Amino acid sequence: MISDELRKGAVQEFARNGKRLDGRGMNDYRKIVVEKNVVGTAEGSVRVRIGDSQVLAGVKIDPVVPFKDRPKDGALTVDAEFLALAHETFEPGQPGENAIELARIVDRGIRSSEAIDLKSLFIEEGKVWGVFIDLYMLDHDGNLIDTSALAAVTALQNTKIPTLEGETVNRAKTTKLNLRETPTYCTYIKVGDKIMVDPTYTEEAAADARITMSVGDDMLYAIQKAGSGAFTKAEIMELLDRSFSNRKQLLSYIMK
Amino acid sequence: MVSGESVMPLFVNGKRLDGRRPDEMREVSITAGPLVKADGSAYLELGKNKVLAAVFGPREVFPKHKTDPYKAVVRCIYRMAPFSTEEHGRTRPNRRSIEISKVIREVFENVIVREIYPKTAIEIYIEILESNGSTRVAGLTAASVALANAGIPMRDLPVGVSVGKIDGKVVIDMMKDEDNYGQADMPLAIKPTTGEVLLIQMDGKMTRAEFEQALDMAFKTASEVHEKQVAALKDYYEKVEGEIGEGSGSNRNESNAQSHLPSQESKESKESKDDEIEIA
Repeated sequence: MISDELRKGAVQEFARNGKRLDGRGMNDYRKIVVEKNVVGTAEGSVRVRIGDSQVLAGVKIDPVVPFKDRPKDGALTVDAEFLALAHETFEPGQPGENAIELARIVDRGIRSSEAIDLKSLFIEEGKVWGVFIDLYMLDHDGNLIDTSALAAVTALQNTKIPTLEGETVNRAKTTKLNLRETPTYCTYIKVGDKIMVDPTYTEEAAADARITMSVGDDMLYAIQKAGSGAFTKAEIMELLDRSFSNRKQLLSYIMK
Repeated sequence: MVSGESVMPLFVNGKRLDGRRPDEMREVSITAGPLVKADGSAYLELGKNKVLAAVFGPREVFPKHKTDPYKAVVRCIYRMAPFSTEEHGRTRPNRRSIEISKVIREVFENVIVREIYPKTAIEIYIEILESNGSTRVAGLTAASVALANAGIPMRDLPVGVSVGKIDGKVVIDMMKDEDNYGQADMPLAIKPTTGEVLLIQMDGKMTRAEFEQALDMAFKTASEVHEKQVAALKDYYEKVEGEIGEGSGSNRNESNAQSHLPSQESKESKESKDDEIEIA
């Protein structure tokens, strides 16, 4: 933690010269590794590593009562836990504002893109399939948002819906969950006036501001800015274009 | 948020449900300093939205271990009153209000000159009394005025605006129905002197062109709302000035009780602090 504070100056110095501590370019992701179907009890599960960050996304599908204002739609819920084992600064307990924000950002891209046809999850009056996505942060070296989002969307891409037989859920008899869209997410941080993608923990500690964008092929689904720094309109438009061009690389992991 | 198929048409004869054009904001009225006990306060109405913002600080930090030796800690709590929505809500913070509190706090962490008051806390409370869409931007616009009213030194007066898309058209300042049945919702906070974005969130579907159009519409409207913030503060201090002139020594306490004005010393220091803000 203290060493990250000390490295803040180094991150800023490097950024002034358009460089990063690990030698990456301003628009380079770290090494991405995706493992599918890692938890047997889940309807869908994926572990993603981006650099040293690791997130495990588990999808459970259970019959639930639909939301009152959307009685014919399946219910999508996204939750995130910043496990204490992921970083020395994480404490056990209820999700704090950062975990809540992360869950809501991931939720937003999936919900806005209508990736899941919620109407197809209707079972009968008062009963729909609930899709529960739980994001478990396992190791925090920055950019938990993109790591979580990639894990969530890839998990959904590999999720099987069980069958309801009377009151019993038969998880051996399944149908594939089909996604209509696969949103990709890119998170950038601003250090001084330089903007870089996929920050490490140290880079995040040095950041003035952060912004995440979730996009489709030619559609914007979600944006969230965080931090006390500011962005200009020009920077925001440039980052949108970068998010579209990063999409191909990120999609390749989701679709593999 | 629904795509394409609108459950109800949001445009009738080219006008929005309340008769507005796409680029027209609802009526905004802002009053500075309506509360007596808070260090600073503001009441704002945006269409049917009714928002009350109050500020305490700089004051001691509790719990003490959260004190920052180099600068003021900024805290912000945004809440919706249980009676502010159609259905009764709960007072407990929910995930949405926690997220909103965070993003609004980050706006003020940018503009408050925190280094002037190390080891203190500056606390912002935003209460939505009646809600009809775009409450977070209404809340942060009111909070800016409340902070200035409290004499907190700031680099700028951030202003909140919301833009969105309904029935395929980009619109400014969404009402509740437009937000619920529309295709995209994008709240922003803008720093008037530099034109930079201090808060931006978006959910829905927008093409690059629609997004850019929405941003431009937001920037244009922000300056109109900013003028109202400044006018509210000017009105407050002109009233204060007027009352200093009227009051004579022995009457001062009574006139204070009636007109919820602070004592003369702090009146003067607030006026000079108002000048500091105007320079930026």
